[in-house]
Amino acid sequence: MHSLIVLLRKEFTLELRRQSVISGIGLYLFSLVFICYLTFNLRQNVIHPATWSALFWLVILFSAVNSVAKSFIGEKPGTFVYLYTTTSSQAIILSRIAYNFLLCLALSFAGYALFVLFIDDPVTNHRVFLGGLVLTALGFSSSMSLISGIAAKARNSNVLMAVLSFPVIIGILLMAIRITKNALDGLEAVASRDELLNLMGINLISGVLAYLLFPYIWRS
Amino acid sequence: MKNWLKVAGVLLLLYTHTGGLLFDVPRLNILNETIRALYFHVPMWFGMILLYGFSIFHAIRYLRNPAVESDTRSVEFAHVGTAFGILGMLTGMLWARYTWGAFWHGDPKHSGAAITLLVYLAYFVLRGSLENQEQRARLGAVYNVFAFAAMIPLIFIIPRLQSSMHPGSGGNPGFNAYDLDASMRIVFYPAVIGWFLIGYWIADLRIRLKNVQNRLIQS
Repeated sequence: MHSLIVLLRKEFTLELRRQSVISGIGLYLFSLVFICYLTFNLRQNVIHPATWSALFWLVILFSAVNSVAKSFIGEKPGTFVYLYTTTSSQAIILSRIAYNFLLCLALSFAGYALFVLFIDDPVTNHRVFLGGLVLTALGFSSSMSLISGIAAKARNSNVLMAVLSFPVIIGILLMAIRITKNALDGLEAVASRDELLNLMGINLISGVLAYLLFPYIWRS
Repeated sequence: MKNWLKVAGVLLLLYTHTGGLLFDVPRLNILNETIRALYFHVPMWFGMILLYGFSIFHAIRYLRNPAVESDTRSVEFAHVGTAFGILGMLTGMLWARYTWGAFWHGDPKHSGAAITLLVYLAYFVLRGSLENQEQRARLGAVYNVFAFAAMIPLIFIIPRLQSSMHPGSGGNPGFNAYDLDASMRIVFYPAVIGWFLIGYWIADLRIRLKNVQNRLIQS
């Protein structure tokens, strides 16, 4: 537990110093939102909720995959050896998942804020929508952290990362989009209960699997 | 693989093909005679899931006790399972063309099955991109476990949440394992067993071939 907190603090300190990931996310998010704004000329027209949902999830997905992909792939080999000797593998994967979760969460909220600012806010049921965002961020983080660990050992890491993570993300994204649709339509929280539970289930499965399987990846 | 199992597999499939096409079948709305595709389409999926089950079993065995044989078994069962999956998709699309009018509908079971095939194809891509034999086996086994766990919700859980054109969900004149007519069961169960035996036989041959190749390389 203590090593987990130390690792998390190390990630945050590094991030605040280098600011590579934050600026990357900012760049993707802002440029994508701005392109949408210019294309649709949205202060005059009103955008259809389905289009809003599609655009939103495209932006979030693209930014999330790019930022989580860097979690293991960009690390230098020296870091790996140092971490291997000092901490247990479980602490590493848990700290990575936690860090990426917070990253995806910040990304989703920032994306939502930008969308509200530039485009529109057709969301009627905010609690359901934000709950869905949190669960989706956790899902992205747990599944992609493990896959990033696998892909880091291979040659074409970035392409492999996309290929490996795409199918798993689809399941999570399907639930997220249905929750968003319910939130946009203004349905009660009960209507989304199945999807939310399903998301929680998928998160649990990915998280537990990541926790159990990571030591095997870490060995080399 | 025992010889009598191979003979049994072939005989069961011969029986399936003749009985499936000649015996009486119950008449249901929409389906009519195409219900016979049940004997070919559904056993493909049962076979695929069983073969992937064998694959993940050997993957976990490899992780606990690294031995080349476990890795070979794991990957060859995945190969044959994927082949069964592709055949299942093709038979399903043919069946859909004649029953529902088009090859593809965006039915959730369709999409879930397609994504499962993508997951396992990604598994083969991963194995292809790693050169170190030990790393390939280890990371492949890890991803295999992950892929199987991802498959379960995709095929079983998510389609049940949504209304679908597949029988047994969403208000279709459905048949499921419980009210399958007796006249169909006498061909259906042997079909499942027959197709699985053939799949296992193919996997077994590939495993033995791979083992021989490995021994030749090492010597």
